[in-house]
Amino acid sequence: MDWINLLLLPVLRSVALIVVLLTGFAYLTWYERKLLARFQVRIGPNRAGPYGLLQPIADAVKAVFKEEIVPNMADKAVYMLAPALALIPALIIWAVIPVAKGVPAIADVNIGFLWILAIAGIESYGIILAGWSSNNNYSLLGALRSSAQMISYELPLGVFLVSILMLAGGFSLVSLVETPRAWWEWIWLWLMFPLFFICILAETNRSPFDLPETENELVAGFQTEYGGIKFALFFMAEYINMITTSAIMATLFFGGYRLPFGLLGDVIWLGPFVLAAKVIILLFLFIWVRASVGRPRYDQLMQFNWKFLLPVALGYMIITTLLTVFLK
Amino acid sequence: MSASLVFFIVVAAVSLTSALGVVTSRWPIHSALFMLVNFITLAVFYVTLGAQFLAAAQVIIYAGGIVILILFVVMLIGSEKIGGPSGHRLWTPYAGVALGVLMLATMIYTFASSLFGAPGTADAIEAGHPKAVGMTLFTQYILPIEMAAVLLLVALIGALLLARQPKAGAQ
Repeated sequence: MDWINLLLLPVLRSVALIVVLLTGFAYLTWYERKLLARFQVRIGPNRAGPYGLLQPIADAVKAVFKEEIVPNMADKAVYMLAPALALIPALIIWAVIPVAKGVPAIADVNIGFLWILAIAGIESYGIILAGWSSNNNYSLLGALRSSAQMISYELPLGVFLVSILMLAGGFSLVSLVETPRAWWEWIWLWLMFPLFFICILAETNRSPFDLPETENELVAGFQTEYGGIKFALFFMAEYINMITTSAIMATLFFGGYRLPFGLLGDVIWLGPFVLAAKVIILLFLFIWVRASVGRPRYDQLMQFNWKFLLPVALGYMIITTLLTVFLK
Repeated sequence: MSASLVFFIVVAAVSLTSALGVVTSRWPIHSALFMLVNFITLAVFYVTLGAQFLAAAQVIIYAGGIVILILFVVMLIGSEKIGGPSGHRLWTPYAGVALGVLMLATMIYTFASSLFGAPGTADAIEAGHPKAVGMTLFTQYILPIEMAAVLLLVALIGALLLARQPKAGAQ
């Protein structure tokens, strides 16, 4: 029995999670292409299957059967390792996100918040190593840009997380969703949401902060030398990161797996579906931003972070501390 | 053999192999990556010992910060094979041996004192939780914490001063 609880159940849960996330990734690409097409008054993919629903499968088959090319002067071991290192953090961050009442995806640890911070910290390895090991100047420049961007935006992100943590009063994400919040807490949290979302956009290298892969300056940035399934892994990492961060935002700001006003709170199996609905709405936000906002220059990106976001985040944290001490 | 022992042996093997990799690898980038693996196995050990906060801090600070810094340095100042003429300094082996002896002495001292000291209690196991760590750090060790904070601030200002571009008019 010990083995079943210790090993079998977590493995089954992980496999289920990975299957769901990979399917989610495949259909997120479809969702994005369809939505972008609509924003630009086009129709979008409509050839493979009804409404183009089989398009992701066609794309996957294409990526798998492409020729594998490894640059001659690349550091082979690191070159092969980098796509995997990009994908793994996006998947394992899910371990602590609650999917239903009292049910975390894998484990309820008392350092849930810190787990998110820790994994966010190692997310940049895949990109740095990909850029360096390809032995290509565009790749290296893209990687340097990207890691500088991710490390910089991690700062305000971490400070915002600390503020949420102080409001929640505990490190566990499972108990965070269950803890009732006062009305001023919700308003105070939602005031911060746009800034938090900007940090997340930069962390996931999504448009308008996709400077690591600006095609007019850097070809494709860190992934220039990657093709076939290895490129698909980077692609997968980016999109699964979008899903993951949406789930985190849904958990932190919008009550995770719960319906508003405690509706149907006893129906436990409803949790994952509610969470999925919230994730889909937040993903729409990602794509909406991509369709409507232009890319800033690199120095503007950095200035915005260091001269605006970080001071604001620190101020927010100080006010949150005062609110927590005096009102809770 | 219990499951936790098997787990320990596997993680320890990975940890030792990666530690060997750090010192035997010919490429600085590979050394840095081996060091990353080593740091992460250390974090796993902390978790098994009930020190979750320490484990998270280990990954955030060492894996997320310091190894990335090392990678940056290696990438920007070149990453030729170790063992070239630039790597030969007369005092390097002696300094290495001295530091090794110092570390061994510290480890022996720690082991010896824990052998004869009190065994781990429930309080000691609880002490790894974030709240307990925070309470200890900000009551008993408040002075060292503040001093470390000031030290980091001084380092930050120093770095700013060094990196600042001289004003156009001034010589």
